[in-house]
Amino acid sequence: MNTSNVKKIFLLCALAASSAVLAVEGDVSDSDRIAQYREMISDGNPADFDEMNGAELWKKVAGPKQATLEKCDLGKGAGVVKGAYAELPRYFKDTQKVQDLESRLLTCMTTLQGIPEEEITAKPFSSDKRKSDISALATYVVGQSKGIKMAVSLKHPKEKEAYEIGKRVFNYRAGPYDFACSTCHATSNVRIRMQDLPNFHVKKDAQDAYSSWPAYRVSQGLTRSFQWRLNDCFRQQRFPEPKFVSEVTVALTMYLAVSANGAEYAGPGLKR
Amino acid sequence: MNAKWIIEAAVIASLAVIAMPAQAGKADAGLDAKTTEIIKRDFRDKGIAKADRVNQDELQAMCSKYVDKVPAKMKAKLEAAQEKQIKWPADGKFMGDWKAGEKLAQSGKGMTWSDKADEPAGGNCYNCHRLSAKEIAYGTIGPSLLNFGKIRGSGEDIQRYAYGRIYNAKAYNACANMPRFGHMGILSEAQIKDLVALLLDPESPVNK
Ligand code: HEC
Ligand code: HEC
Repeated sequence: MNTSNVKKIFLLCALAASSAVLAVEGDVSDSDRIAQYREMISDGNPADFDEMNGAELWKKVAGPKQATLEKCDLGKGAGVVKGAYAELPRYFKDTQKVQDLESRLLTCMTTLQGIPEEEITAKPFSSDKRKSDISALATYVVGQSKGIKMAVSLKHPKEKEAYEIGKRVFNYRAGPYDFACSTCHATSNVRIRMQDLPNFHVKKDAQDAYSSWPAYRVSQGLTRSFQWRLNDCFRQQRFPEPKFVSEVTVALTMYLAVSANGAEYAGPGLKR
Repeated sequence: MNAKWIIEAAVIASLAVIAMPAQAGKADAGLDAKTTEIIKRDFRDKGIAKADRVNQDELQAMCSKYVDKVPAKMKAKLEAAQEKQIKWPADGKFMGDWKAGEKLAQSGKGMTWSDKADEPAGGNCYNCHRLSAKEIAYGTIGPSLLNFGKIRGSGEDIQRYAYGRIYNAKAYNACANMPRFGHMGILSEAQIKDLVALLLDPESPVNK
């Protein structure tokens, strides 16, 4: 391990310890604390590790078909990774579906490598003990859109439809608490305890929130994908679990991504 | 310009006005139906959060459809229907123990798929409200309730109001962002009384 990695790990430990102290330190919002963290590790984001890991997985022969993902078409042609994330979700002719990044990676892993879908979707998110390949791959792909303007299209009727459905899902109240996404994310300058909530009806909020995911979560010590972000918000919404890369999650992603259009993609991010 | 022409023009104009939203309305209804269909298909049971939680009651459906701005007449009707279902305490008493209330208000537990069936839910109050002056980590989705009793008094009317609000916030504002703690079986009668005491008891930290 080189010295820069050692330094990063040291900083991370310091970070975890300081977050415990900061948690009781007074009227400082979580976003202010995150700004402090960012300064502390200006040297790099621990998500870099996942990015490197994902880059290796992309080129690694795997699955029953013993193939790599290098021919995977993320929307800009077979094998083109640069800038692909800034245009996702989008409609794909071969599957006749609107797909987000993770849904498309799943398509490539099943068709090119022959990996059974259930093997990937059974436990799609990383845990403390087990890293998820699809999360690492997603982190690699998004890194190749850093600095590129988000430009998600609504030209295809299916793209437009996904957006309209996503908008309705955003406002869909149900469950024991009557919550919708809009309960927590349609008012400006509000927070839950000390956690600031983005208002997705405000362009700047939507851009900052969307363009900073996937993100390394300091509190969890893991890089999390956008599918994970939605999954955890549905948990807080007291909903049942959305199926991984299901139409409901892709439509919602479409709605949020279009709301963020024009932002310079800034991920993978760093969160509390 | 004759009267007949004016009437005809008015009829045509009004038809145009009606026809436009009706067209959009049709497309909207199709998308609404499709959204519901997708939602019913794409969620699965996890822990205590069963898939049927996505099924809406009438209030949830109307608030979703109108994005919380239901027409005035419908709003009044929905609120009356909620009010009717409030179970008021049989002993006529509204105030419990504010200390137990503060504990409940602090707890953000309850009803997620990572919560256990045998652990009772908390109130989540500090997630959205400022209450005791001592607790600085409070949320702001709801209004500040600091000094609630000092400002509003602690007589029978306000006790009843606080109980009703916590039991079923939608009886007062159909599409409020506050959950219906009694109506949905999240908190018991005794727990709601403890919260009423937290808000109104002069000894409670909310009023100190
Ligand atoms: C009960 C409250 C609640 C509900 C309902 C909710 N969220 Fe969230 N959301 C949060 C909180 C709290 C955070 C900040 C999380 C954190 O820091 O851990 C957050 C963060 C997010 C973020 C990341 C923002 C950022 O800047 O990092 C996105 C995106 C998001 N939510 C989308 C949604 C969507 C879409 C829904 C509906 C499916 C939803 N949320 C429902 C509470 C909620
Ligand atoms: C998810 C957010 C949320 C939670 C959790 C919540 N509230 Fe509220 N509360 C609100 C909002 C929003 C309002 C404003 C109501 C409206 O829009 O009509 C409100 C209003 C109230 C009011 C009426 C205030 C007034 O000035 O008349 C009381 C009392 C109240 N809440 C108590 C509580 C208590 C006690 C709890 C915990 C058991 C609680 N709330 C939990 C969001 C919340």
